[in-house]
Amino acid sequence: MILDGKCPTGPVEKSWDKHRFDMKLVNPANKRKYKILVVGTGLAGASAAASLGELGYNVEAFCYQDSPRRAHSIAAQGGINAAKNYPNDGDSILRLYYDTIKGGDFRSREQDVWRLAQVSNEIIDQCVAQGVPFARDYAGYLDNRSFGGAQVSRTFYARGQTGQQLLLGAYSALSRQIRLKTVKMFPRTEMLDLVLVDGEAKGITIRDLVTGEIRVHAGDAVLLCTGGYANVFNLSTNARGCSVTAIWKAYRKGAFFANPCYTQIHPTCIPQAGDYQSKLTLMSESLRNDGRIWVPKNKGEKRAANDIPEDDRDYYLERKYPSFGNLAPRDISSRAAKEACDDGRGVGPGGKGVYLDFRDSIKRLGEHVIRERYGNLFEMYERITGEDGYKVPMRIYPASHYAMGGLWVDYNLMSNIPGLFVLGEANFSVHGANRLGASALMQGLADGYFVIPYTVAPYLAASKPGKAKEDHPECKKSIEDVKAFTKKLLSINGKETPADFMRKLGNVTWNNVGMGRSKESLTEALAKIPGIREEFWKNLKVSGTELEVNQQLENAGRTIDFIEFADLLCRDALNRDESCGAHFRVEHQFADGEAKRDDANFSYVAAWGFKGDGVPPELHKEPLEFNLIKPAVRSYK
Amino acid sequence: MSGHSEHNTKTLKLIVWRQAGPDKPGRFETYTAKNITDHHSFLEMLDVVNEDLIKEGKEPIVFDHDCREGICGVCSQVVNGVPHGGHERTTVCQLHMRLFKDGDSIYIEPWRARAFPIIKDLMVDRGALDRIIQAGGYTSAHTGGSPDANAIPIPRHDAEYSMDAAECIGCGACVAGCPNGAAMLFTGAKVSQFAALPQGQVEAAERVANMLKEMQDCGFGNCTNHYECEAACPKGINVKFIARLNREYLKSLL
Ligand SMILES: Cc1cc2nc3c(=O)[nH]c(=O)nc-3n(C[C@H](O)[C@H](O)[C@H](O)COP(=O)(O)OP(=O)(O)OC[C@H]3O[C@@H](n4cnc5c(N)ncnc54)[C@H](O)[C@@H]3O)c2cc1C
Ligand code: FES
Repeated sequence: MILDGKCPTGPVEKSWDKHRFDMKLVNPANKRKYKILVVGTGLAGASAAASLGELGYNVEAFCYQDSPRRAHSIAAQGGINAAKNYPNDGDSILRLYYDTIKGGDFRSREQDVWRLAQVSNEIIDQCVAQGVPFARDYAGYLDNRSFGGAQVSRTFYARGQTGQQLLLGAYSALSRQIRLKTVKMFPRTEMLDLVLVDGEAKGITIRDLVTGEIRVHAGDAVLLCTGGYANVFNLSTNARGCSVTAIWKAYRKGAFFANPCYTQIHPTCIPQAGDYQSKLTLMSESLRNDGRIWVPKNKGEKRAANDIPEDDRDYYLERKYPSFGNLAPRDISSRAAKEACDDGRGVGPGGKGVYLDFRDSIKRLGEHVIRERYGNLFEMYERITGEDGYKVPMRIYPASHYAMGGLWVDYNLMSNIPGLFVLGEANFSVHGANRLGASALMQGLADGYFVIPYTVAPYLAASKPGKAKEDHPECKKSIEDVKAFTKKLLSINGKETPADFMRKLGNVTWNNVGMGRSKESLTEALAKIPGIREEFWKNLKVSGTELEVNQQLENAGRTIDFIEFADLLCRDALNRDESCGAHFRVEHQFADGEAKRDDANFSYVAAWGFKGDGVPPELHKEPLEFNLIKPAVRSYK
Repeated sequence: MSGHSEHNTKTLKLIVWRQAGPDKPGRFETYTAKNITDHHSFLEMLDVVNEDLIKEGKEPIVFDHDCREGICGVCSQVVNGVPHGGHERTTVCQLHMRLFKDGDSIYIEPWRARAFPIIKDLMVDRGALDRIIQAGGYTSAHTGGSPDANAIPIPRHDAEYSMDAAECIGCGACVAGCPNGAAMLFTGAKVSQFAALPQGQVEAAERVANMLKEMQDCGFGNCTNHYECEAACPKGINVKFIARLNREYLKSLL
């Protein structure tokens, strides 16, 4: 099937304004009759729930943590982009749009990207009005820094805790609506199924993570704002609870999964120390503004970093990409690090690391300046590694970080299932094959504050409120299905824990589908994953019972969803027989190791439809068009 | 890098609070953590213990965790009598086992406070902190129609002060550390964040009054200047924000 994103026609620069005017509205008096279920309260979900509540809709919001303030958005360090052009360095909406399209290697939907760039400025205004304490200069105006993939300074930040401050802003707006009773909040609640009534999304089935109760919440529309699936690699920079579960269950109910193979590896993470490791910690990319990345020139270098003279150091990013240098985009930086390590020049245990060195900037600016800019990151580094980054270069290595892919949505952020909307990292639309730094926070808040309040209206205006109630046969059936699934997980009583299976899965996904992919590695992964799945259902061990707090049960459910999803990830990567952005098929590269796109054959969104267990998924394509700028070879030299 | 420490594993004795539910009796149980290296984080050490327990057919220890990088604020354990283990600016998820010696005994307990009922083992209900924010921890800025972000310059010093307060991760260690179970540092930090900014002025009086009332309704105690909260805080939130809270409250009465 050829998919249609239903984008506005006409000039791209006018598309959002035109669309906003063309869309139907819901009468203010009718809004409270519509119940909107918002799953997830990260930047996307909290901002959506708060804004929809303000408009007068009847909102129910859900998250698995004990408070909406703890969604994984909280961990974002570096910053948020906007086209304010405050530094007067040549930024504009057009340039932000251009950088995002180019950064995504011409695999994103043009009109969506334009809209994102257009509303970016309003986000900053909104956050300041909420009391988000962004960094300021001595005159009291907002400060900016630069981030990978851009030659202008357009990133707003709050020390090294930008995500925290933005999320607390959205959380406080949400809290206000909870107080005003327009939003009802359900923390410690996990969505385990999507309920369809006559093919439309009308409810979710959840498990109360404290009592174990499984029940349905019915509504008039469902918004999935459940974040990304980077944990499919087992170790990633995501929180332990981040999972593919919500969108995977929706996929199994018919929602198309778009571009699952677009996963981002972040170049600056603290290297893994051992098998028991539970997560990898990101060191903000902003460090690349002042840190220089290098490895020894000689293989098997034995000297300590500080004893290696200048001539024996290879500042490989500066050498290969002189105009972007240490700020080259993430996919390029990550692969370059892997190449250096594969070449035997990696540093630290197992040779899986490169240096990030602040010696020169400390000399130039003084340690106090570096401390002021990144103090908390240096502290974090020392806490984890026991090493002092001011004195010896930090060691970093790439790690799985972000999912560009996600559920397919049209321009209104609605999936192919009517009434099911997908926001934030959980959808696929704006980042193409690679996301630029500081653009995910922007997208989450754009979707929640400034897109969904408008784009949910046309669907609702055309549907009668309260169509499905909790006692609808489809709701009852969904509860029975989830209960049966839970029982099945608890009944196997084998020998291996969910963590064992995640480690097994991670070995396959990271090695075969990680930074580099080939027909061979993907075929091998596709052969191995069914074995893991089979073993899971034979040999899983989950202790405890269903009607209580049971973290192992939660983990088991998320694990099997990841195992199933990994298969789709590999299929998509195999189907996409080109390299683009973060999707690097080793068969397709230029002589200098750059990704080689194949626009003639692959300038489309790959959206996969579920056809049943054991049946290959069906591929649907949405062709991509570029009117404002024409696809060119992405060059950061 | 201290590669050799991989071989230097430690064995530790854990004395852990186990409690099946809010109204069930609790007790300490003893476990052994084996093959722990310097590089294990505290929670990774507990993961290892739990994996062993599951394989022995026993119930693993329930504890809250998510980001494991000291920012989500969900982890909440009293280690050897001190919330988060008592290392400066460190949450329990960021505590590393290099800080413990082979053979050490470690006591692990949940947050204990009237306003934080225990859910299971080390997991507590901190909904009361959310309710304090719901009472007024915001500016009532509607989405849309905000003036340009640079329309009102904010002196850098004020922005920094506001950020110092805003760094609170809402973990509740301040409450767990306080002999009175008070949430004054938490509440003071939020009130101060807004008090320092022009955007927070309009609703200042109402905010502080409502938040303090909610705080009391939730069953938190009062501040009697022990400063244990600041000592326990993994983000180094300063007690000066409690003084600010009191000042803002007095101002609100005028
Ligand atoms: C360490 C780190 C640093 C980053 N730094 C930056 C940065 O500097 N700049 C930038 O732009 N981006 C950054 N990113 C990316 C960015 O933080 C995320 O992409 C973004 O915050 C995602 O927001 P979200 O609202 O889509 O999802 P999340 O914040 O992940 O929220 C997901 C929500 O869904 C809920 N949920 C999930 N599954 C279920 C379920 N089954 N049932 C119920 N609830 C569920 C969760 O409880 C949570 O509330 C960073 C990411 C990481 C990991
Ligand atoms: S787990 Fe997030 S702060 Fe400890």
